Amino acid sequence: MAKLHVTTTVNGEPVEFLCEPHHTLLNALRGPLGLTGSKEGCGSGDCGACSVTVDGRLVCSCLMLAVEAEGHEIATIEGMAHGEELHPLQQKFLEMAALQCGICTPGVLMASRSLLERNPDPTEEEVRFWLAGNLCRCTGYDKIVRAVLETAAEMRGAA
Amino acid sequence: MNVINKPDVIGNKWIGARTIRPDGADKVTGRAAYAADNVMPGMIWGKVLRSPHAHARIRSIDTSKAEKLAGVKAVVTHKDIVDFPLDKSVMLGIQDMRWMCRNVMAREKALFHGHPIAAVAATSEEIAAEACKLIEVDYEVLPHVIDIADAIRPDAPILHDFVQFEGKPSNIAGTMVLKSGDIEAGFKDADIIVERTFDSRPVHQGYIEPQACTVSYAADGRVTIWSSSQGQFMVRAMTSLLTGIPQSDIRAIPAEIGGGFGAKTIIYLEPVAVMLSKKSGRPVKMVMTREEVMRATGPAPGSLSTVKIGAKKDGTLVAAQGTFYLQAGGLPGSPLRGPVGCSFAAYAIPNVLSVGYDVVSNRSKVAAYRAPGAPLGAFATECVLDEIAEKLGLDPLEMRLKNSAREGDKAIYGPVFGHVTFAETVDAIRRHPHYTAPLDRNPRPGVKRGRGVASGFWYNAGGESSVQVNITEDGNVVVTTGHPDVGGSRASIANVVAELFGIEHKRVSVLIGDTATIGFSNLTGGSRVTFASAMVATLSTEKVIGQLKERAAKIWNIDAEAIKWQDGMALPAGDNAGKFPPLSLKELAARANDMGGPIGTQVQLNTTGADPGFATHCVDVEVDVDLGIIRVLRYTAAQDVGRALHPSYVEGQIQGGVVQGIGWALSEEYLYDRNGKLDNAGFLDYRMPVCSDVPMIEPIMLEIPNPKHPQGVRGVGEAPIVPPLAAIANAVYDALGKRFTSLPMSPPKVLERLEQP
Ligand code: FES
Ligand code: FES
Repeated sequence: MAKLHVTTTVNGEPVEFLCEPHHTLLNALRGPLGLTGSKEGCGSGDCGACSVTVDGRLVCSCLMLAVEAEGHEIATIEGMAHGEELHPLQQKFLEMAALQCGICTPGVLMASRSLLERNPDPTEEEVRFWLAGNLCRCTGYDKIVRAVLETAAEMRGAA
Repeated sequence: MNVINKPDVIGNKWIGARTIRPDGADKVTGRAAYAADNVMPGMIWGKVLRSPHAHARIRSIDTSKAEKLAGVKAVVTHKDIVDFPLDKSVMLGIQDMRWMCRNVMAREKALFHGHPIAAVAATSEEIAAEACKLIEVDYEVLPHVIDIADAIRPDAPILHDFVQFEGKPSNIAGTMVLKSGDIEAGFKDADIIVERTFDSRPVHQGYIEPQACTVSYAADGRVTIWSSSQGQFMVRAMTSLLTGIPQSDIRAIPAEIGGGFGAKTIIYLEPVAVMLSKKSGRPVKMVMTREEVMRATGPAPGSLSTVKIGAKKDGTLVAAQGTFYLQAGGLPGSPLRGPVGCSFAAYAIPNVLSVGYDVVSNRSKVAAYRAPGAPLGAFATECVLDEIAEKLGLDPLEMRLKNSAREGDKAIYGPVFGHVTFAETVDAIRRHPHYTAPLDRNPRPGVKRGRGVASGFWYNAGGESSVQVNITEDGNVVVTTGHPDVGGSRASIANVVAELFGIEHKRVSVLIGDTATIGFSNLTGGSRVTFASAMVATLSTEKVIGQLKERAAKIWNIDAEAIKWQDGMALPAGDNAGKFPPLSLKELAARANDMGGPIGTQVQLNTTGADPGFATHCVDVEVDVDLGIIRVLRYTAAQDVGRALHPSYVEGQIQGGVVQGIGWALSEEYLYDRNGKLDNAGFLDYRMPVCSDVPMIEPIMLEIPNPKHPQGVRGVGEAPIVPPLAAIANAVYDALGKRFTSLPMSPPKVLERLEQP
């Protein structure tokens, strides 16, 4: 079977790749595009480790077909920092130890950024419900929630 | 965050500081390489064919059609894995290779739905999966058995002909007995006796990273393995045993590990991938799906326990008896040592009989999970203690304090206790505002609230560890350890080494070596790594500081003893030593080659002195009596951590362990259908706590230094998962006035229990 050709934008760069019709966006990112920062924890939309944004909307890349990326703007964890300058969430996650093994971290960061873009002043409850699609088995979520709340406060202060 | 009894840390700059972890930047930018992120030139894909039956004899396996499929490069079955005969045990640590070889690839029988039968390597995952379907297996389907109560009935289907119990074929594959005193006399002496039976389902460790590996079997017979595990040396040794390839020909490289919690102390894929690579002549990558992880990798055992405790009117415990049946899965080896040894260990009880039974049934073989087995014992014991305290009208914490084991007591599992810090954890909860905070017991119609407490014990462990400390030519420090870092151990070691050298934290790099680059180091598990590696890193660093002093001594032409090391510099120890300007680490490193060569060392040690861990928890819950939903509202966890080298990661261990315990108590369970097939093999139906399910978890770190460790470290990873099951059950009792003896306390079970008296 012939592979399909897809043209899209990933982290601001135009890219092309070939994929099978049944391949997910996560397969394409991790395979032909070599962006292994997005993780596969379940492949069924239940863990959020594969979270990316498509045209600014948070999605599980394991639930979207690779061909559907055609013509859209994809953002992944690899585009979150600018060179040595980390996104405030990334910096705060490090300072507040909001990761242990770190496998959930790319997805949690993408989801958290997406939250703060929509709601710069979330309550603890809003953070907890927004991140309910991102499983973390190591941290018990405490430090993640605190880091997101702290980042939000700092970003509001800086704005 | 609470830190009580902080020892004298005046002058410590890095030990106890919340530094940025050495592996942090890679992990927040997506650059950290986990097992599934690795690729190799020419790599092909391996897939496993799994049993569709819970219990079946394998009459034959025909792989010829699969081998002919275009793109298929190799097929392996049990014939390619070393057979360990059933009559002779070959142990690697606590793992018996007789069971491991059969777990990795079924031999005589398929013992659970999902048991590996064969594996294929092909040029794509799709072709490999297609080829698996072409493998013809002739099964003789046998009756199966899933639950403990069914497996120990006299008419139960027997899994293994070679397993005998009391002279008869049985599914009881092993026992463990610990006793002290005279149990009968103890109960005669009691004013009150409470006896209850408890049960629980298996729960999965739930790491988010599925098992994965890439393996290269090269033309010269040398093997390289990249995989995520809790021990690269375990990967090497087990792969060697199961493939017959000498350890010296295997190099196991640890990838970053995306969670293990004990489960990655054994292997599933590596030996299979090695044989596929050997047969195909190509590097082979294998990655489990979540469904495979759930069906075929070890959960923690389900349990059936009876605990009977006798006490005097004043609350003095006089006798305790525990009978613990644990599910091993299809092959023997459940963690009996957990409930049998830990359940009563925190208490001074003169008469104890603690017995465990290892029960096989047609489920995936269990693997270690955080304090293996101990939470199940504590669930039973700590609920019975709560009931005794209630019946005697005593405060449950006071009763625990009264019965705490003391220094000099002989622990039921053997050793004589040194300083016991159990009472301190109980007292910390008793004095914490949470314990006495007002509780609105009936906030809304149909909603009830309650508060519960429970304690826990874990052995902790020492064991082998190797640490290299090397000084770079530009005068900085590179530390290499042999332990995969599951939750911040590199951060802790960096703090220790920076402190001892007296240099800026960022001048120390901490790396994890592979089996070819660092000396033998045992598993990351048992709450041992920070204890052991900090001890060995201290010895290595002290040795290197000794070398640096010798170099300075040569330069100044004085005795090395007359030199002290301070703030990253060699200095004359006193006026008698002479007057010299200090020599910094950088200056000494720059002159290293003129003055005797490179500076660095490796220390390898079998560490001892890991004193046990104690924890006491307090929890508030809310029960919706119409929906049967239990929510945790507030959680406080006190633990003796010895010394928190990096407090954030110590808190993280406590918080993470507690939330796993909440899942175990309330929502996680393996559900099987009538054919013995796991019904909930995914994260949607296997319900682990999500962010909105839980509150903040408040850790109380008691820093009571372990006198046998240079920094006072005590293992912290396991104890936090021991008390939650009972603490939550006790809180639910407080809310509803009904004892819950069956886990999980999921909504249907809560509603059912509310119907009962
Ligand atoms: S991998 Fe996409 S949600 Fe789990
Ligand atoms: S840090 Fe390990 S899963 Fe979140």
